[in-house]
Formats: sequence, structure tokens, C-alpha cells
Amino acid sequence: MRDLQLSLNQTQRVRLQAALQQLQDLASQAAGSSSVTIADTIPVNNEDGILKGHGTSELDGQVVATLCGVVERVNKLVYVRALRARYKPEVGDIIVGRVIEIAPKRWRLEINFSQDAVLMLSSMNLPDGIQRRRTAVDELNMRTIFEENDVVCAEVRGFQHDGSLHLQARSQKYGKLERGQLLTVPAYLVKRRKQHFHHLEQYCVDLILGCNGFIWVGEHLETGENNMLEDREKRPETSKSNMIHEEQEQTFTPLEVRQHICRIANAVRLLAALGFILTVESIVDTAEASASSNIEIKDMLGPEFYVQTVEREVQRRILLSRKRV
Amino acid sequence: MEYVNPLTGFRLDGRRPNEMRQIRGEIGVVAKADGSALFEMGNTKVIAAVYGPREVRNKGQQINNQALVRCEYGMANFSTGDRRRKPKGDRRSTEISLVIRQTMEACILTHLMPHSQIDIFVQVLQADGGTRSACINAATLALADAGIPMRDIVTSCSAGYLCSTPLLDLNYVEDSAGGPDVTVGILAKMDKVTLLQMDAKLPMDIFENVMQLAIEGCKAVAHYIREVLLEHTKQLECHRGA
Repeated sequence: MRDLQLSLNQTQRVRLQAALQQLQDLASQAAGSSSVTIADTIPVNNEDGILKGHGTSELDGQVVATLCGVVERVNKLVYVRALRARYKPEVGDIIVGRVIEIAPKRWRLEINFSQDAVLMLSSMNLPDGIQRRRTAVDELNMRTIFEENDVVCAEVRGFQHDGSLHLQARSQKYGKLERGQLLTVPAYLVKRRKQHFHHLEQYCVDLILGCNGFIWVGEHLETGENNMLEDREKRPETSKSNMIHEEQEQTFTPLEVRQHICRIANAVRLLAALGFILTVESIVDTAEASASSNIEIKDMLGPEFYVQTVEREVQRRILLSRKRV
Repeated sequence: MEYVNPLTGFRLDGRRPNEMRQIRGEIGVVAKADGSALFEMGNTKVIAAVYGPREVRNKGQQINNQALVRCEYGMANFSTGDRRRKPKGDRRSTEISLVIRQTMEACILTHLMPHSQIDIFVQVLQADGGTRSACINAATLALADAGIPMRDIVTSCSAGYLCSTPLLDLNYVEDSAGGPDVTVGILAKMDKVTLLQMDAKLPMDIFENVMQLAIEGCKAVAHYIREVLLEHTKQLECHRGA
């Protein structure tokens, strides 16, 4: 759709049209959702004392939408849920971001929001793991922790006075992400769940679904302070050139894991291009389907698998709607 | 030169005086942008891309209680009959950038996104008269696609007066005839005018007729744009699922 430029042959086009038509029929059967565009009137019963939420405004006594989206009603609150908008943060969200700038005592991260997020030095664990006051030396050594263009996983701690986000990365599972790929998808495709960190055992791959639409797919690394302390002990013992080779040999990502990473990443890209919601189950299903159909990793973004994925999604939704009924 | 045939009443391209050219809008043409749209009015084709709201690049220009709206208008080298030497930076482009920025800023709810910046980039791919109007219509579609809250749909259309007839939606030949060219931009539902430009001279009563004709053209464009946006929203929601 948006990102993929596909050349479908005639049969594929026909199959795709049929599958999309079935999706639309299912959606209209489910009903309940009403789409609005900008300046559409939202039907509201005026005596109820309706609360006007996000995406609405008042015009001549009528409630009017200011966004293109879907009208949601929760008790007395009426609001418009926008689809392709930027990320809407909430305290406690797990997000993945990229370091843009190192400022005094903080890092600035780019997340998919209207302003850059701030990760304070004091909200980050020091490499030696000790809890102490951050000194001027720590401030000068910030670059050894994160540099520009590093990918970082953190949690939203709160909002600053100017509306930008305040992050914290104190736990072991947060911090710098290495050996993997960062993917950008529209933020509305990632729903808030209890678990955002997923370890896919059969692939040895870590999958982090950031609420801001940044998805990390990487090699599974054992979390723990053991690793960091071991590395530091080894460093003074071996000489520099030897150490580099040894490190590379010890920490070389095997080819099979790399292939799994690419397969999962392509599954995420495909689902995002189609506009389907991203869940661990759907991503793993797509990757497994591609493996079982013997589709090469590079062909996963091709027309044939594209059409197959739409057809599988249609079947899945039909099953789901039958279960509900 | 007879821009309106006295016998049949047709214009040079076969339209009636109060007929617009064929319009077409498509959303999502630039993959990396937050919102993008392609808008065609007859042979005039325009692409708009919107980035934002995002962090302000130039801290000196940051506004504390609202978003900063920036707009750049450019014409591709190949958009006009003779190859253009300077796609941006000449006076006409600067003026049109300012006009589009003021028009869109009036309808974006900037107070909802303080300390941020919204960039609108508009580029003309094919110029056949009415590029200003096509740019505003494309920018509206792109802003809606990016999920930026707006008061209302802004649409724009142009009208002129040749051979004693008000003509709607001038193309390049009619525009270069030297007659008056009125460009109107309105907020469709609120029925308010946000842009009104004219070159050359017109008597007051004829001006009212021409402006009224342009406003009707704007309303027709607004009707079409609303349908395109609704269709697109329904499609996204249907794909997304439960």
C-alpha cells in the first residue's frame, strides 16, 4: 500500500480484490464504528451532558470532529480516535527511541512524538551498577553509555512542564539495544498490552513492540549484570588487538539467528504496510507461514506472499467472528 | 481571441463558463512523510507532504503556546512549458509559500501542539493554471492524512472574467489572457473566507459575481475532498480490524 510498490499479475490482482472485499464486508457486519472526517457533525443527544474529548470541538451548539477518524463513546465521553497520527504517550508506556543529542546531564531521544523525549543521566543505571550520586566525571563519560544514533529502550516516567516526555531506564531490560533492526510503523498499529518484551524462543530473537511505533527485532541477549562485569574484567588483561578479535569471535551473531531476525522484520514490515494490527501472534504466524510456504526472506515483501497474507487474515477474522457468534 | 465562443458558449477546452475541470485526489503518495497527498485539477498536478508535529529545528523560532507552521512551495523544473531555472526562491514562490502558510495556519488548531513544528512541502509537478488552489487543496488532504487537528476543510478555487463572462477554474491559456483572476479559499462548513486574492481590475458588482462563482467551486471541491477522506478513513479502519 504505502511503502510497498508491488506489481501484481492479473490473478493476484483478482485474488487481492476479492480478499479486500471480504475484509470490508466483515468490517461492515461488525458495525458499531462510525468514521468521521474533519468538520463532520457527531450525532449527540444534547440532554445527556456529553463530555467533549480529544478530536472534537463545538460549533453552533453542535459537536464537530477536528480529526479524521473513528468516533468512540465511553459513558458520557465522546472523542475521535485518529488513525495515522503521531504517538500519544501515557505514563508507563514502554518505548524505543534513537539518541539525537547529548545535552548537559541528559540525552535527547527521537520518539514518534511532537517533541523529543529527555532521558536524564540520573534515570539511567551506571555501568558499574552502583547506586550513587552522579558526579562531573559521570557527566563527561556520558558518551560511553549512549552515543548519537544509538537505539535505546526506556519507559515513560512523566511529562515535563513544556509537554515533552521524561523517560527512565533503570531496569535491566531497558537500555541500549544492539545487534538487531529498528523498524518504524504507524503508532496506531501497536496496542497497549501487559507485555511489550517478547522472547521468541524458537528463533532466539528478542522482539520489543514500542508503543510509539518503533519496533526492535534483535538477537536475544541474556540480560544481567554478569555480562557487563565480565567484560570489564577481561579488558585490562588482554591486549587491544587480541581483545578485538576475541570479542568478535565470542560475540559473533550466527547466520541462522540473523536470518530469523530478517524474517521477523519482514513480517513486521508486511503487516505494517497492510495496516493490520501488530501482535506477537500475528507476527510469528506470518513468519511461520512464510517458512512453511518456502518463501525466501527477500520474497516476503513480494506480491505473492502479500496476497497470501491478506487471504490468511480474512480467514482468521472469519473464524474470530464465528467464535463470537 | 475568443475565450468564450459567442455562438455555443463553450470555452477553449470545451467547458461551460461555470464548469470546473476534473479533480482527483489521492492520499498517501509519499511513504516517509507523516501525511501526503496528490491533487489534480485538470492538467495541474500537485504533491503535498506534511511532516509533523515534530521538534522545532530552530529553537529561536519556537513558540511557547502553539505550533510553528512552515510551508515551502516549489515548482518542478519540468512543470511548465519551458524548463524553469530556479524551482524555489524566486519571488512568486516565496509569495505563494506565504499565502499557503497563512491559509493553513488559520485552520490548524495550533494551540493543541505547543513547542512543535509542522512542515508543509508542496511541489507542482504539472502547471496548467490554478496551481495556488491545487496546492491548498493538496495541503488540506495531506494535513488530514497526518492526523493534525483542523477547524474545518480548507478548499480553494479560482475564477476569472473574460469576454464579459465570469469563468470558473481558469487554465493556463485563459489565465495568461491578462484578464482578472480571483482566487478564493474558504472553510467549507463554517462558510468563511480565509484567502482572497485578485490581480488586474474589476468593477464591484462584477467582482461579487465572480467571487460567488469561485466560492461555489470551492464548495464542490470540499464535497469531493470530504468523500476522499471518508473513504480513506473507512479503509484504514477496516484493515486495522478489532
